[in-house]
Amino acid sequence: MESQTAVGKVVSQAYKYGFVTDIETEKIPKGINEETIHLISAKKEEPEFLLNFRLKAFNQWKKMQEPNWANLGYPEINYQDIIYYAAPTEKNKKSSLEEVDPKLLETFDKLGIPLSEQKRLSNVAVDAVFDSVSIATTYKEKLAEHGVIFCSISEAIKEYPDLVEKYIGSVVPVSDNFFAALNSAVFSDGSFVFIPKGINCPMDLSSYFRINSGDIGQFERTLIIAEEASSVSYLEGCTAPMFDTNTLHAAVVELVALDEASIKYSTVQNWYSGNEQGIGGIYNFVTKRGQCRGKKSKISWSQVETGSAITWKYPSCILQGEESIGEFYSVALTNNRQKADTGTKMIHVGANTRSTIVSKGISAGHSSNSYRGLVQMGPKAYGARNFSQCDSMLIGDQAAANTYPYIRSQQPQAKIEHEASTCRISEDQLFYLQSRGIGFEEAVSMMVSGFCRDVFNQLPMEFAAEADKLMALKLEGSVG
Amino acid sequence: MIKKDAHLILEITDLHASVEDQPILQGVNLQIRAGEIHAVMGRNGSGKSTLSKIIAGHPAYTVTSGEVKFQGKDILNMEPEDRARAGVFLGFQYPVEIPGVSNLEFLRVATNSRRVEMDEEELDTFAFEDLVNEKLKLVQMDPIFLERSVNEGFSGGEKKRNEILQMALLQPIVSILDETDSGLDIDALRVIAAGVNQLNTPYSATLLITHYQRLLNEVIPDFVHVMSSGKILRTGGKELALELEEYGYDCVEKPSNNKEVN
Repeated sequence: MESQTAVGKVVSQAYKYGFVTDIETEKIPKGINEETIHLISAKKEEPEFLLNFRLKAFNQWKKMQEPNWANLGYPEINYQDIIYYAAPTEKNKKSSLEEVDPKLLETFDKLGIPLSEQKRLSNVAVDAVFDSVSIATTYKEKLAEHGVIFCSISEAIKEYPDLVEKYIGSVVPVSDNFFAALNSAVFSDGSFVFIPKGINCPMDLSSYFRINSGDIGQFERTLIIAEEASSVSYLEGCTAPMFDTNTLHAAVVELVALDEASIKYSTVQNWYSGNEQGIGGIYNFVTKRGQCRGKKSKISWSQVETGSAITWKYPSCILQGEESIGEFYSVALTNNRQKADTGTKMIHVGANTRSTIVSKGISAGHSSNSYRGLVQMGPKAYGARNFSQCDSMLIGDQAAANTYPYIRSQQPQAKIEHEASTCRISEDQLFYLQSRGIGFEEAVSMMVSGFCRDVFNQLPMEFAAEADKLMALKLEGSVG
Repeated sequence: MIKKDAHLILEITDLHASVEDQPILQGVNLQIRAGEIHAVMGRNGSGKSTLSKIIAGHPAYTVTSGEVKFQGKDILNMEPEDRARAGVFLGFQYPVEIPGVSNLEFLRVATNSRRVEMDEEELDTFAFEDLVNEKLKLVQMDPIFLERSVNEGFSGGEKKRNEILQMALLQPIVSILDETDSGLDIDALRVIAAGVNQLNTPYSATLLITHYQRLLNEVIPDFVHVMSSGKILRTGGKELALELEEYGYDCVEKPSNNKEVN
């Protein structure tokens, strides 16, 4: 009984990123039609190729059906009731960070992402996206010395249109799926990274996405290109205020790795997940895909998914180049009424390609957590190998865990291994740890981080510590 | 070792407790002083394991009335972890497996939480390894078990050794060992018993919970209590255990022989 009241206290502190920044925001009217697309494109002063890209996507989208195969179940989304573009009003065009509205800098400070020169995270460059626009990118000049381009995608469209035109939509075509098509039509901002041949990016790059307005949809678009023999580690974080309505977030991330290039993409997703009754929270529909185009290239996804009311996300790798490597390390934690359907696709095209999948799902409260993954071996994937491990942990007796592994092989010599397990944190395990002087919460987080260790080991250092803390915070009150 | 003026470590007074509204303990009285070894014996279902779990603070049991004082302080409102830090140790009958949590790290965190309470310095990984290696000898445990997950894949005997190892590290003031002898072969029993005997000090006390006499040949109790239907029916010296061995629990439980001692 005692532990329940103690736990109750901690639960009420729940989501510490739930504040709203009071800032003048320019929004376009609700709804989507061809004019909306023209309007967004005009606001961003985009070249014609991009407007055409958007219109093509929009026309495809109109013909498409919202997918319903995922194990999610959510009320119908009214796409005409969403604002597709919102941006903090700019008095004048900002040319440097010093001219960014101090309120915005303050917001990111509060989120633990200092953008001002003095307080910057050492050795991590940040692109900060607020609602529909990127407000600042740090360390740009320093990166430019190495030929690395790191900026908002809007800026890239203006400054490097040839690169954008060459690569955008080349990994995730506009008609790939319903949400990707919608994103392609209305995306507003996101990050752009270009690592030239032979360069190992001298610092970690990161994007921080913040949804501030309650009635907008955030449609970010990220494009990362790693040329021959280059490498980069990219981190992504996200939070949103607490609203009792649901906010739509539909992102597209495309990664391209050429010969011997390596991209490591890590996400800590902590969008607002709704309250205990499941009111409010972000609907997170994300298409993330990387293409290992070159020989011996490597793309590694690691994700810690703890937020959002609904998560629909399958970061994937197309292993085209010979001997290319795809990796997916995931921890997905759901609590209260959260629903997550997440996993990966490993598409082996080239010979001797390898992929590793390690997925850890933790379901607490009344939540539901599904792993859905596809391993496909094409006819030319001679000697290709895959290893998948999917483990689920249940906390309490009201949560659900599912695993949907799909395996398709057209190559008889390919090797595919799949292991799965399910376990539960029991009262007796907790009592055992407690009876050795280990506090209730520490006991839960010890068990959860033990369960997630294989994945946390893959995260960059700063992220791993943050992920551990975040998991502990999210789980408070879920046992007992 | 009985010393009349030794201070009271554990004092249980008229303890009633239930699980899911089912009364299990129906008025337990027990006093344990520093330096003493007590044994509580009884059939399965007599309430002896419940007693041990209540002292340690298991959340599944509800105390309906009565008191449990540890070093003069009521502990029934304390969290299990606070009781442990204060020096209450429960050696489990069935130690649970905790996958993914390294045994070494678990032992270190547990040891440090107790050390903080005792105003001793917390140990870093290196200092702790020295300490744990020394304690391993006491229970003749292979260091390889430190690298595994807590109790995962341990045999019954290894689990019990791991329990006594924890007892050695935590330096408890009262150790309650719940059926520590069950499932042990005679060699393992001797190792465990030797460990318990070595850890017994004039400042601490031990409460053995068992339904066999054989552990009591190795760890000689000062007092033996017989429990039945949630009460202590009889208390005596070590000879009572032998009497039970010979005549069975019936001789205590039958009303004709029943002389309650408190």
